[in-house]
Amino acid sequence: MRTLFFILQKEFLQIFRNRSMLPIIFVVPVVQLLVLSFAANYEIRNLTIDIVDQDGSSWSRQLRDKLLASGYFSLHRQTWDPKTAYNDLAMDRADLVLTIPPHFERDLVREDEARLHIMVNAINGSKAGLAAGYASSIIGSFNRQLRLDWLALDEDDGPARIAVDQRYWYNPDMNYKYFMVPGILGVLVTLIGGFLSGMNIVKEKETGTIEQINVTPIRKFHFIIGKLLPFWIIALFELGFGLVAGLLVFNLPVEGNIVWVFLYAAVYLLAILGLGLLISTFTDTQQQAMFISWFFLIIFILMGGLFTPIESMPVWAQKITLFNPAAYFIKVIRMVMLKGSGWADIRYYFGIMFVFAAVINGIAIWNYRKTV
Amino acid sequence: MRQFLVFVRKECYHIFRDKRTLLILFGMPVVLIVLFGFAITNEIHQAQIAVLDHSQDAFSHRLINRMTASGHFAVSHYLSSRDAVETAFREGDIKLVLVIPDRFGHDFHHARKAPLQLITDSSDPNTATTLTNYANAIIMQYQEEMGGKTDLPLTITTAVRMEYNPSLKGVFLFVPGVMTLILMLVSAMMTSITITREKELGTMEILLVSPLRPLLIIAGKVLPYIALSFIISLLILAMGYWVFGMPVKGSLVLLLLECLLFGLTALSLGILISTITNSQQTAMMISMMGLLLPTILLSGFVFPLESMPVPLRVLSNIFPAKWFIIILKNIMLKGGGLQQVWLPTLILSGMTVFFLGLSIRNFKTRLS
Repeated sequence: MRTLFFILQKEFLQIFRNRSMLPIIFVVPVVQLLVLSFAANYEIRNLTIDIVDQDGSSWSRQLRDKLLASGYFSLHRQTWDPKTAYNDLAMDRADLVLTIPPHFERDLVREDEARLHIMVNAINGSKAGLAAGYASSIIGSFNRQLRLDWLALDEDDGPARIAVDQRYWYNPDMNYKYFMVPGILGVLVTLIGGFLSGMNIVKEKETGTIEQINVTPIRKFHFIIGKLLPFWIIALFELGFGLVAGLLVFNLPVEGNIVWVFLYAAVYLLAILGLGLLISTFTDTQQQAMFISWFFLIIFILMGGLFTPIESMPVWAQKITLFNPAAYFIKVIRMVMLKGSGWADIRYYFGIMFVFAAVINGIAIWNYRKTV
Repeated sequence: MRQFLVFVRKECYHIFRDKRTLLILFGMPVVLIVLFGFAITNEIHQAQIAVLDHSQDAFSHRLINRMTASGHFAVSHYLSSRDAVETAFREGDIKLVLVIPDRFGHDFHHARKAPLQLITDSSDPNTATTLTNYANAIIMQYQEEMGGKTDLPLTITTAVRMEYNPSLKGVFLFVPGVMTLILMLVSAMMTSITITREKELGTMEILLVSPLRPLLIIAGKVLPYIALSFIISLLILAMGYWVFGMPVKGSLVLLLLECLLFGLTALSLGILISTITNSQQTAMMISMMGLLLPTILLSGFVFPLESMPVPLRVLSNIFPAKWFIIILKNIMLKGGGLQQVWLPTLILSGMTVFFLGLSIRNFKTRLS
């Protein structure tokens, strides 16, 4: 026990002695959390639109006003010439082009049918889909209004309809930050906890100091605990620090008991630290360790449901995410904070994480004995 | 010059001897592109939903069938009471609850108006919006089916054309993004860590007393990585082209030159990081903490830059990734030439010169 204490003391000293590391461990993550949470936003506004109004009728003007009044679109240029508009689209100056052909109003009255053209810059597929969706629904409601006005109809005269009432639970204002901040926090904690510890062990290997430790009476078990525990503590501290910052800045809701988040993080970090340890057992240099960690980290982040929902992945990819510890952590932290999930709801995930931690650490320690 | 070439050769040996790193360097892009190219879409399939059906008649059953037949939804719970909704959501996997009131079909045909409720788990606002949109579209269709279609007067039809990416493939955004991420990693992280490694192990001093000028030493260390990052660009482009059908509409030569340029920008950033750090760990942390998330988030890779608040849009300008992604999209998807991408090209070149200048200054003060 005394040995362990001294090792811990040494490790903490080494971590805190490195002055440039301190801000990287404590300041950079929190600044990123605060800044980047603003970046993570799928809400599409200020789509720039070019309107090619070749009709110039009162209805075409009404349609234009309706589009611009929606708040989704801002007019970049109104023109007669489709070529100019097309050029704007090609040069990224406009996100979409609405063309109102000549005789739009006349055709609508005489033929009961008129056609509009929308061209969308679809390089960003999801954005283009949303933009087209917004435009179509505005045009649709313009169309309904037109019918009502022109035919002097009344809502109740129309055909039978299903009235859909939409309720948004747990985040009625659809505040995307409530969803993102806990997720990003999860990633930062993962970075700090797991990958630093793994790198730290390889460092001893690379500089040869591990040999010296091996010849001292320190047991391997003590050495591993000494390497992992400091980062476990630092990461949990980081989590608390980030949560407080998030609460203060973003006014994050805490529906459930925050204790579950910390307890879960404690188990989760065991798994992540184990992964770091595992990586360090079969690498010789920090460079190799860094690459492997980076590789896993990118997969954890992009397949962890942080930015793109896991539900939107194909089934085989969803199966892969079952082996992604970060996906569970991100899910649980969101469940507890936003939905108020308690023990009964998350115990299954606790179980999974315990198994993860046990398996990964088991393999790591087994492999460690063999290699060193 | 001869000495320089010998030095470069030695550095190449170093890299090629480390088979494991090489495997990672070439294996990683392949795995990442395949994984993300196929896995990441914005279309949602088989989202788990719950149904609270008070009606239990042919009409409500048909509606539920329509929902599942779309492929977007899979009913995993049939709830029996209003209270069960809360529990279902809390357990975590249900994204939407469809509440069908009593006498649904009867109300539709007799009162001409049948209410229906959709409750979404909006802790994830995007999924909630997408699912509500899907559900609404299905419900509208069902309404037409129930009511019988009538030809309405004054109908505006809208023809939508999706330019540059007609099938709205997410992969067209992801290939440039992943390419940028990987080039950034290989170039910036690798160089920063290789140079600090020499410092940490004390071998830098030995190199510096060699007859080679410091500048050439750095150049010699960097040159192999330029080649590496270029080969990786080729690999990713080839995969994008053959596996995902990502076109290269513009000039291939220009595209390759731009890849080389971005490699250089990232390398010079790596050199800069290495001049201000003394340990690999610090260098790595700076590149990992400082470059990873901003490259993903502030480059327009995942989230569109246009919808960010103004300060962030301004901030995004200092990350080379943003400019490179613009260049890639322009040349590959739109077929743009140098006249379309001169500005981002100029900015990347400027950044490269700036980073290099700064590191040369730092490097000299360190020596003295």
